Amino acid sequence: MAAADAAGLGRRRAAAFVAPALLLIAGFLVFPALWTVWLGATDYRLTGFAAAEPEFTGLDNVRHALGEDSFTHSLGLTLQFVLGSAVLGQAVLGFAIAWLLRERRGALRRLVEALVLLAWILPGSVVAFLWIALLDRNDGTLNALLGTPGTAWLVEHPMAAIIVFNIWRGTAFSMMLYAAALSTVPPTQLETARLAGASRWQQLRDVVLPAIRGHVLTNLLLISLWTFNDFTPFLLTGGGPADETETMPVFIYKTALFNGELGYGAALSVLMLLVNLVIALVYVRLLRRRDPGASSGNGTGAGAGPVAAERAGAP
Amino acid sequence: MTPGRAAGAVLRYTALAAVLGFFALPLLWLAFAPFDRAPSVAASLPRFTLDNFRELLDNENAVRSLRNSLLLAAGTGGIVVAFAASAAYALSRVRLPGRDALLYALLLLSSIVTGTAAMVPLFNLAYELDLIDSRLGVVLVLSGGLLPSAIFILKDFTDTTPRSYEESARVFGASPLQIVAHIVVPLIRPGLATIAVWSVAQVWGNFLIPFLLLRSPEKSPAAVVMYTFYTEGGQPDLALISTFSLLYSLPVVAMFLFVSSRYGFRFHGGIKH
Repeated sequence: MAAADAAGLGRRRAAAFVAPALLLIAGFLVFPALWTVWLGATDYRLTGFAAAEPEFTGLDNVRHALGEDSFTHSLGLTLQFVLGSAVLGQAVLGFAIAWLLRERRGALRRLVEALVLLAWILPGSVVAFLWIALLDRNDGTLNALLGTPGTAWLVEHPMAAIIVFNIWRGTAFSMMLYAAALSTVPPTQLETARLAGASRWQQLRDVVLPAIRGHVLTNLLLISLWTFNDFTPFLLTGGGPADETETMPVFIYKTALFNGELGYGAALSVLMLLVNLVIALVYVRLLRRRDPGASSGNGTGAGAGPVAAERAGAP
Repeated sequence: MTPGRAAGAVLRYTALAAVLGFFALPLLWLAFAPFDRAPSVAASLPRFTLDNFRELLDNENAVRSLRNSLLLAAGTGGIVVAFAASAAYALSRVRLPGRDALLYALLLLSSIVTGTAAMVPLFNLAYELDLIDSRLGVVLVLSGGLLPSAIFILKDFTDTTPRSYEESARVFGASPLQIVAHIVVPLIRPGLATIAVWSVAQVWGNFLIPFLLLRSPEKSPAAVVMYTFYTEGGQPDLALISTFSLLYSLPVVAMFLFVSSRYGFRFHGGIKH
């Protein structure tokens, strides 16, 4: 910080400049978070007797949630979804694409990147419909290709369908992050390893991965956070068939807004906020360590990482 | 070319072809169906026609939903750019107590309090404020969520712009507000453009918040209305949906191309859609 206050704003005016933004953030971000905690501790409902006079019930909702089969069922599905589509799917595929393209310049590289990016930037409603069309039972393209007419993928393998869908949807972020990460690996080290007779696999394991450890961790934390909060599967399956794809966001939606159990829904939200908080704090710790690999290679420096964690919950 | 290396090359190209296939396959339908005279859900080469586009433009609901999307995106983008710019400038130039801690706390909060996690209180809040089924409610909720990141990015941007212009203008007797309007805004224009594009893209594709807060189809944006296009027979109206999808996706792709051609695609960790 050089000489402060170049335009002579003064503290008063500066505070007035900051106020509108802070008011909106306080009203629509901070307050809802705090209110979630309060609601989660009451028997608040949309209609009926408890709607008028919500009673304070403390941790009952949370205990109730943890004891419910439908909650544990949903938690299990969410874990499958996050592990399958983010940790195993997006991260591995993203790295593989970045690795395959690392020494290429030209049309092929641009084409692959363009398609992967397109899957990422198209609106969620559009890509969800593309996949509904692709997986259609009667004349979906996938059945035509595989020669499996009449297979209703979204009914017979709903979880696998939304996992593959989310891999397709979100790999772009990991691909770009790993492309940036791979460009930071010193070529001389690879050269030395190669001259020492290391195989491709050994180079990858002993030279590349240790060098980009920070990036890998950043990547896993962010995509896990986004996938955990992703509402898009709802557009494909609506949580069905028979709640087989009811991940936590969809479960909360159905409980709180569809069935009107707002207190119980809020208790579930509290648990979700806690998980988000833990992931975010681990990420902040990582950035604090000032590990050069930990900032995700962005132009805005450390800290802008979780920047675009979408409120919509898209990846 | 030793046999081993040849095998490696074959493997690499096979892998790349598989990746291309996987990512291209779902997109084929979007490319072909809108131009097909009788589209089905199967991706096939169209018997070429532009009738679907004509029909779309005659469809009251479809056009209105795109207008709503535009309204929500413009409203949110306007608020986010204006509020974030003034806050970022003040935070960058004046030492307010607890500034850095505040910025980081807000950023952390905005990544934790996602729309899905705060679904219940957001709905209640809108209900209490009488903002259910109001487009203003959607704009305010979305703005609150986008502002922390926008302030953070713009403050970084403002920190790197020289202060000397502001100082010399002050020497010549310009008032702080004149300085901000005539010197600061032109200086940080690229940053403002980035934030505008980013927030518009975020709102354009958002499904959850309008889905939660809006009741009437007349006010709903494209992301939500898309799911209500059925023919009289109760089947999804594929000609309309595919054409609509293409039209609705174009602005996002155009913005993305504009940003990457103009500023080069700098990878902000996670600035996206």
